[in-house]
Amino acid sequence: MTQTIAKKNESVKHLPRLTTVSNDRLSKQKVVYQVEGFNLWYDETHALKDIELSVYDREITAIIGPSGCGKSTFLKSLNRMVELIPSVKTSGDISYQGNRILDKHFKVEQLRTKVGMVFQKPNPFPKSIYENIAYGPKIHGIKNKKILNQIVERSLRDAYLWDEVKDRLNENAYGLSGGQQQRLCIARALAIEPEVILMDEPTSALDPVSTSKIEELIQELKSKYSIVIVTHNMQQAARISDRTAFFLNGEIIEFDLTESLFSNPSDQRTEDYITGRFG
Amino acid sequence: MKYIDSSLVEKRMNKRILKNNLSKILFLLATLFGLVVLVILIMRVLIEGLKWVNFDFLTGKLSTNAEQAGIMGAILGSLWLMLVVIVCTMIIGVGAAIYLELYAKKGKLNSLIQTNIANLAGVPSIVYGILGMTLFVRALDLGNIVLAGGLTLSLLVLPIVIVAAQEALRSVPNSLSEASYGMGATKWQTIKRIILPAALPGILTGAILALSRAIGETAPLVVIGIPALIIPFPGSIFDKFTTLPMQIYYWTLDSSLVAEYANLAAATIIVLLILLFMLNATAIFIRNKYQQRF
Repeated sequence: MTQTIAKKNESVKHLPRLTTVSNDRLSKQKVVYQVEGFNLWYDETHALKDIELSVYDREITAIIGPSGCGKSTFLKSLNRMVELIPSVKTSGDISYQGNRILDKHFKVEQLRTKVGMVFQKPNPFPKSIYENIAYGPKIHGIKNKKILNQIVERSLRDAYLWDEVKDRLNENAYGLSGGQQQRLCIARALAIEPEVILMDEPTSALDPVSTSKIEELIQELKSKYSIVIVTHNMQQAARISDRTAFFLNGEIIEFDLTESLFSNPSDQRTEDYITGRFG
Repeated sequence: MKYIDSSLVEKRMNKRILKNNLSKILFLLATLFGLVVLVILIMRVLIEGLKWVNFDFLTGKLSTNAEQAGIMGAILGSLWLMLVVIVCTMIIGVGAAIYLELYAKKGKLNSLIQTNIANLAGVPSIVYGILGMTLFVRALDLGNIVLAGGLTLSLLVLPIVIVAAQEALRSVPNSLSEASYGMGATKWQTIKRIILPAALPGILTGAILALSRAIGETAPLVVIGIPALIIPFPGSIFDKFTTLPMQIYYWTLDSSLVAEYANLAAATIIVLLILLFMLNATAIFIRNKYQQRF
């Protein structure tokens, strides 16, 4: 209890500075995703309600909230993977680089080549390490062996996996450890040269060492990609993200710079959640 | 006071133990019954037929003369038939399974189709024979050639292949196809490059087991009208043919006329059984070696 109060006092002290930073950066950043009045239903269940959110270029946007609050659903809406569930209906607007991606005629394959995804559980294909990375470029029509080799090497290097696997590229990816598999999945997402990477609790199935490796990697990737990460782990959001959105029961309660949200939440529910009073 | 009289318990004890042992023997007998019959059958077949199985018998042409008769024609006929069946069932069966499992909306219609496929698997084979006779031999006017027989047997085993392929496709985890879609792959690319390769061992196992059922079928071929004596070897799917089970059927039928025909039938059974064991062993091998645990 005393800790919470101390934290609160501290945050109040910082309040003015944070607000100015917030305004300053908001005006400069380029918007990648603009979500306006987005609603989503599973059959009769209203899973996402009037979501308003912007994802900024070369930033890490974290989405936090208790289980079942719609975090993953929202993330999967950003590349329309949520449509794999047949009973889903949506309304409102999501635009990516100015294109309205929920339009009937919008080519979802086109969107997903620009927006890569990393899943909760490492899900490498039951193929060799090389073929896992080459899969994306191949489906987009790259056949030249030399180019594929280069893509594989660069993607693995960017995911800090190259040194660990360069001598066994032709071995089955299932032989890698959980953490390596997840970095392989990140490398696989990088191989299609996306602009945005969506990550759905990428470290929840991993041990602390692998987790910290992946967190470091995510922060490295920020220089080239915009990242949206769903996480169960508030410390993780606080450590790595620039902005954080707090979801609760399908609504965004608060969306702000991570520093402000964690040090000076404007909503009581956010404060209750980040101080561990529920969730 | 005691409610249980220990002297009475002792008196009953032996009877209880006897009953206990009897029940065990009863269940053992139930198990042995099938096994013993099978062993007797195989023993009889081996005694009657084994010394007839030799190179001349395996490579020779059919003949009414028991001493000269060989079953090369029937072996070739069975192999040609297998070729037609495996091609048809793999294309049509796997195609239907892909549609039902990956494209069709899950609803009332789908479950109706599903139930009917399961029912079709239980339809007696002679009914398929009549269907094949009407459709392929008469309506399409193919005559009683390998293609007509193969298509008929394909119809017979298609439900089995469809169900097995559906199960194999279903066992491929969603996380794999999600990863593929997530990189901008189309549905067909995902099916072709991820789902089918992962499901292939299961599909092949099912297909081979269905094939071994088809290879042993006689009734549909009897209906189609495979003649009792065909001397030339079939060289393509458009030739007239006979098969191993057909030959067993005719020789057994005529064994009252020529006693040696019974030996020929037994020898043919040995060949057919070896072929079936080989097919099943292949299926088990594929299943154990390539079936992935995700």
